[in-house]
Amino acid sequence: MTIPRFPLGQDPGPSFTGLLRQVGRDPFTAPAGAPQQGFVDRHATTIVAVTYADGVVMAADRRATAGSSIAQRDVRKLHAADRHSGIAIAGSAGFGLELIRLFQLQLEHYEKSEGVALSLEGKANQLAGMVRQHLGLAMQGFVVVPLFAGFDVRRRAGRIFTYDPTGGRYEETEFHADGSGGRDARTTVKLGWTPGMTREETIELAVQALYEAADEDSATGGPDAVRGIYPTVATITADGFTPVEEAEVAERFASLINRMTERGARR
Amino acid sequence: MSMFGYVSPEQAQKDKADFARKGIARGRSLIGMSYTGGVLLCAENKSRNLHKLGEIYDHIGFAGVGKYNEFDQLRQAGIRSADVKGYSYSREDVDARSLANGYAQLVGQVFTHEMKPLEVELLVAEVGVEQAEDQLFHILYDGTVMDEQGTSVLGGDADALAERLDSTYDDGADLSNALRTAVAALAGPGRTLGAGDLEVALLERGEQRRCFRRIRDQELIDLLGPPALAEPAPATAE
Repeated sequence: MTIPRFPLGQDPGPSFTGLLRQVGRDPFTAPAGAPQQGFVDRHATTIVAVTYADGVVMAADRRATAGSSIAQRDVRKLHAADRHSGIAIAGSAGFGLELIRLFQLQLEHYEKSEGVALSLEGKANQLAGMVRQHLGLAMQGFVVVPLFAGFDVRRRAGRIFTYDPTGGRYEETEFHADGSGGRDARTTVKLGWTPGMTREETIELAVQALYEAADEDSATGGPDAVRGIYPTVATITADGFTPVEEAEVAERFASLINRMTERGARR
Repeated sequence: MSMFGYVSPEQAQKDKADFARKGIARGRSLIGMSYTGGVLLCAENKSRNLHKLGEIYDHIGFAGVGKYNEFDQLRQAGIRSADVKGYSYSREDVDARSLANGYAQLVGQVFTHEMKPLEVELLVAEVGVEQAEDQLFHILYDGTVMDEQGTSVLGGDADALAERLDSTYDDGADLSNALRTAVAALAGPGRTLGAGDLEVALLERGEQRRCFRRIRDQELIDLLGPPALAEPAPATAE
């Protein structure tokens, strides 16, 4: 293992992407001759974040598409960014998953170098910078839009940040959904959201939002009871990022489907 | 040709070594110790903010004695090296041995090629799945690496401290006992060290990804238990 040393003016400080650039591995440069168009890359779709009494619930469907075919049925688009925050991606899956990996590493690298974690706002801004650096790729058609949420340990509340491909960063106070089914998911949450919801209610609402999105959007995967594939759901509270057990998500879906069939819903 | 200013290579090496050793011996000591639950890192350090111990990677910890700015730069460089390696390959490909070799090369190169050697000694520790797999690499100011078993002592009057520790060390100790053994050895005869004089961190054995954890405040006080030489209770007047 070579230990890197830098002259004072070129020292990247606690920035991991800065360090990668210094060692000649800039992750955001498009490879020379990347096509303007011509092939179909994998796409990830609907992601949701909803605030509630104790923090935030995040959820993401499991489908990746390549054009009109399903590329993967059980992809995970929602990950812990660090102890108190989570990140989910919609859009070009290859770069999106790489963005998640880089972002996780960036937060950990900073925390280890400096001895303290970044503030939630700091993390959100850091992610905005990374999305902006990827603008060149976005212009070539590989657009990635992350959704970032976390528990702000200083303000003692859950917060949600959304992004556009230019690196624009917007804070949402109650909930947000992104991706091709984002609009349907947002509407579903909008109709069901009330301030100070419980964990169970919020998980059910997030799961319902994904269900409705899958109902309207071919690129969003619904619950797959045959294979036992359910959306990834996690809660972020003062205790940190906690994935919700798949069995519990399946249970929420079952109760949702029960309610809908009882009502005789045929929308 | 005048011989004024000539220094033989032997003398130059010796001078550098003496210089580095003096700098390192001035500082307070620290101990790395394998115990049943992981690896304990315990340093005598009154500052709560300028750390001697640090996290490098999932199972790897760092400890440095000597000149703070020098070992802190090396700590940061180690984090960089480990994070880039883990990103390029995989997290499980990052190991303490390779990092210790990297440090040894760097420190050794500075010792040989630069005017002033680094006045530091480093400990690179890795916690294993089993206690037998714990690793402690001790790197000297001239780039010498030592693969130490069970305990490692750095800085200050390291020889006397190592002697004290060897006679009391028990690899089957739990955290509280291991910590008390380490603190007693650091303090030496006729001196006691309290929670305020110590910097303590662990590499915990277990399933979690990041094993490094600092122990401070009440948790440290509880683990240290009552001081060995407790003041006798004042007699109450009848």
